[in-house]
Amino acid sequence: MNALRRSYREILKYPSAIIGLVIILALMGVAAYALITIPYEEAVRLWRSGDDVWYANPQYAPPAWTNYFTPKKLPASFALNTADAEEEEAVTKEVILGDQNTSRTNITYTFDYDYDEFPQEISLFFRTTYDVKQPFVSVLLITPDGREVRVGDFGVNRRQTYRLSQDAKLQRRLGGLPPMQGLFTNPDSPSSAPIKGTYQLVVNGVSFEQDSSIDAEMALYGQVYGWAGTDHLRRDLGVALLYGAPIALAFGLLAALGTSVLTMIIAAVGAWYGGWVDELIQRITEVNLVLPFLAILIMVGTFYSRSIWTILGVTILLSIFTGAIKGYRAIFLQVKESPYIEAARAYGASNTRVIFQYLIPRMIPLLIPGLVSAVPAFVFLEASLAVLGLGDPSLPTWGKLINDAWVNAALYKGYYYWILQPAVLLMITGLGFAMLGFALDRVFNPRLRGI
Amino acid sequence: MTTLTEAQGTQPVVSKGPTSTWVRVLQYSGVRLITLFVTIVIAVYLTIMIANMGGHVDNIMRSEIRERVAVQVVNNPANRNLDAAARNKLVLDRIALEEKRLGLDQPLAIRNFRYLSNALTLQLGRAINMSSDSGSKTVRLIILERLPATLLLMGTANLILFFSAIFFALSLSRNYGSLWDKAVIAFSPTSSAPAWFYGIFLILIFAAVLKILPFGGMIDAPPPRNSVEYALSVLKHLILPASALILGSLFLSIYNWRTFFLIYSSEDYVEMAKAKGLPARDIERRYILRPTLPTIITNFALLLIGLWTGAIITETVFLWPGLGRTYFRAIGFYDVPVIVGLSIIYAYLLAMTVFLLDFVYALVDPRVKIGGNRGTA
Repeated sequence: MNALRRSYREILKYPSAIIGLVIILALMGVAAYALITIPYEEAVRLWRSGDDVWYANPQYAPPAWTNYFTPKKLPASFALNTADAEEEEAVTKEVILGDQNTSRTNITYTFDYDYDEFPQEISLFFRTTYDVKQPFVSVLLITPDGREVRVGDFGVNRRQTYRLSQDAKLQRRLGGLPPMQGLFTNPDSPSSAPIKGTYQLVVNGVSFEQDSSIDAEMALYGQVYGWAGTDHLRRDLGVALLYGAPIALAFGLLAALGTSVLTMIIAAVGAWYGGWVDELIQRITEVNLVLPFLAILIMVGTFYSRSIWTILGVTILLSIFTGAIKGYRAIFLQVKESPYIEAARAYGASNTRVIFQYLIPRMIPLLIPGLVSAVPAFVFLEASLAVLGLGDPSLPTWGKLINDAWVNAALYKGYYYWILQPAVLLMITGLGFAMLGFALDRVFNPRLRGI
Repeated sequence: MTTLTEAQGTQPVVSKGPTSTWVRVLQYSGVRLITLFVTIVIAVYLTIMIANMGGHVDNIMRSEIRERVAVQVVNNPANRNLDAAARNKLVLDRIALEEKRLGLDQPLAIRNFRYLSNALTLQLGRAINMSSDSGSKTVRLIILERLPATLLLMGTANLILFFSAIFFALSLSRNYGSLWDKAVIAFSPTSSAPAWFYGIFLILIFAAVLKILPFGGMIDAPPPRNSVEYALSVLKHLILPASALILGSLFLSIYNWRTFFLIYSSEDYVEMAKAKGLPARDIERRYILRPTLPTIITNFALLLIGLWTGAIITETVFLWPGLGRTYFRAIGFYDVPVIVGLSIIYAYLLAMTVFLLDFVYALVDPRVKIGGNRGTA
C-alpha cells in the first residue's frame, strides 16, 4: 500500500499527469452537471423532437462566442414568451376588460439590439382561445430613433405563426425594402447596418368573447445562437455537447475497466491452472486476433442493435482476448513461482484465493496505467461507429454530432462550429486520459524509469 | 504496440546436430501449420456466422426478393392479362427460383459450411447485391478492382510512417533528453485519436478554408486523359488521407521505437562498444539495429498485412474507393460473400505471416532456433 502511495506522489511530479487529471475531473464535473440538469429521458426526448420543441431557434446558427472573433457582431437569437411574462422583465402583458365581453390585450416585448447585422427573421407565435369570433391584433415596432412602424393588422387563429419578413404588405409599406432591413434602419435613408438601441415590439389585441385570451411568443432568429449553436433541425447543439460527456466517459471507462479486469482475471486463471485451460485461452486469443474487430462491430451495429450497451458488450468481449492477455500471462507465470505463492499453497489456500488474493493484487500497478491509457481508444471507438452512422439512435453523443455535420456537408457549407466543437471535446477527453496514462505508465513500469 | 515484445519469447537453445535440426523444423512446421489452419477455420466460421447474424440476414434478403419479384411481375405488361391465381403462382415460382439462385433454399448450417469450404479454397463466389465498377458481380473482381486504391493509400502512408518513425526514433535515442525528445514525448498522447479524426481537421483546414486540396475522392472529375496529369491528380487527392493516417500514429510510434531502442542501447555490450571508441554509426548498425531486427521485421510484416484491410473509417471519410470502404458498404448491403471474401484473405495473410516470421527470426538472429524450446510462449 505504501508503495502505491509513493507512486501516486511520484505521479504528481509529471505536469502532463496533472493536466490529464484536471481534464478528467473537469469532464466528470460536466458529466455530473449534465445528468443532474437534464435527466436521461429528457435528453433523449429533446434530441429526438423536431420543430415542436425547437421552432424558436434558427437553423445552422453558429454559437454566440464566435462574435468575439469577428469584427461584425452578429445578432444572437432569443425568444420571449408571454406565458412566462411574470419572470421576464422584457415582456409585459396587460389585459383591459371592456364593454360587451370585449377585452384588450397589450403585449410589449422590449429588447436591446446592439449588433452589426440584421436578424434573419422575427416571428410571432400566437396561442389564442375563443369560441366563434377570432381575436384581432395589430403589431407595432418602436425603434430606438423614435419611429413607430406599423407592422401588420390581422385576425389570429387558435395557433398561428406570423413571420414578419414574409409579409408582402409590410415590405410594400417599407418602400420595397426587405422587412428586416426596413424595420431595423430608417427606410428613408437605408443603410447597410441596423440602428442599435432598444426596440419594442408591441402587440395590441382585441378579443370579442368573455373567455377569449391572447398569448404570443416572439422569436428573433439571429445569426448566432446560444453557447453551442444549432443544427439543421434547429436543435440546440448545447444539449448534445453537454450530454456527450457522460456518455463518452461511461462508454470509455466501462469498456476499459471491463476489458482490463476481465483480461487480467482470465490471464491469471490460465496461468494458475495451466494445462488445457491455459491452452484453450491461448487458442481463443489466436482466433480472436484473426477476427476483424471493427468489421464485426459494424456488422453488429448494422444487423443487430445500435444500442450503445450492445456495442459496449461486444467491444468488451472482443477486446478481452488480445495481445494484452499474453503479456499478463507471461508475468503471472513468473509470479506463480515466487515463494509467497508457495507459502500460500503450503498453508492450504484455495485456487480462487490464490488467484484473487495473491496473484491479481500483484498486478494492479500494471493494470492501472493500461486501464487509463485504454480509455481514449474506446471513447474514439464509439465516435468512430457514430461517424459511420452506427451511433445509438436515441442518444445525443459527440460522434453523432460529427456524423450529422458530416452528412449535412457542414465543412463544405462552412458550418465549422458544428464539427469543431464535438471534435475538440473528443480530443480533450482523449488527451486527458492519454496524458495521465502515459505518466502512470512511466511511474509504474520500471523498465521505462529514467528513459 | 504489443508486438514489440513478442520477439523476445524465442530463446537460445543448444544445437544438437544437423539431422535432429531438420526433424525438429519439420515437426514444428507441421504442428504450427495445423494449429494456424484450425484457427483460421474457426475464425472464418465465426465471421460467417456473424455476417449471417444467425439467419437474420436471410430474412432480410427473403423479404427483399419477395418485394422485388412481386413488383417486377406486376409491372410487366406481359403479365397484365393473367388472372390473380396465375400471377400469384408466377410470383411464387420466381421467388423460389431467386432463392435457389442465392442458395436460400438450403438450411443455414449447410450453407454456412458451404461458405466455409468455398472461402477456405478461395472460391469467393458471386456477390449478392454489390457489383464492381465494370459491372461484374464476382467477388474476386470486386476486391481486385479496389485493391490498388487501398494499396496506394495504405502503402504510401504506412511506409512513410514506418521508416520515418524508425529514423526519428534512432536519432532521438542517440540524444535523448533533448528538446525534440521531450517534444515527441509531449505529443505522443495525440495518437490516442484515430486517423479519421485528424482527417476531419485536415479537410477543414486544407479543403474548406484554404481550398487548396480536394475534400475527398481519388481523382478529379472528369479524370484527365493525359497520364501525367492523371498521376498528379491522384497524388493531389492522396495527400490529405495519407497525412491523416500518418499524423494519427506518428508520435506514438516514434515514442515506442525510441523507448525500445533506448532499452537496447543501455545493454552492456553497447557500453563496451562505446568504451572501445567505435564510431556512433557502427554502434547503431551493429549493436542496436541488429539485435532489434526481429522486432522491426515483425512490425513491418504486420504493417504489410495491415495494408490489406484498408482503413474503413478513413476511407469512408475521404470517399477513397478502397477495400475498407468496400468492406463497410458490403456490410451495409448485407453482402455476405464480399464480407467473407475480404475476411478470409486477411486471415490467410495473417496466418502466413505469423508462420513465416518464425523462419525469418531464425535467419536474422543466430540465437533463435526454429521449434526450439520456446519457453512458455
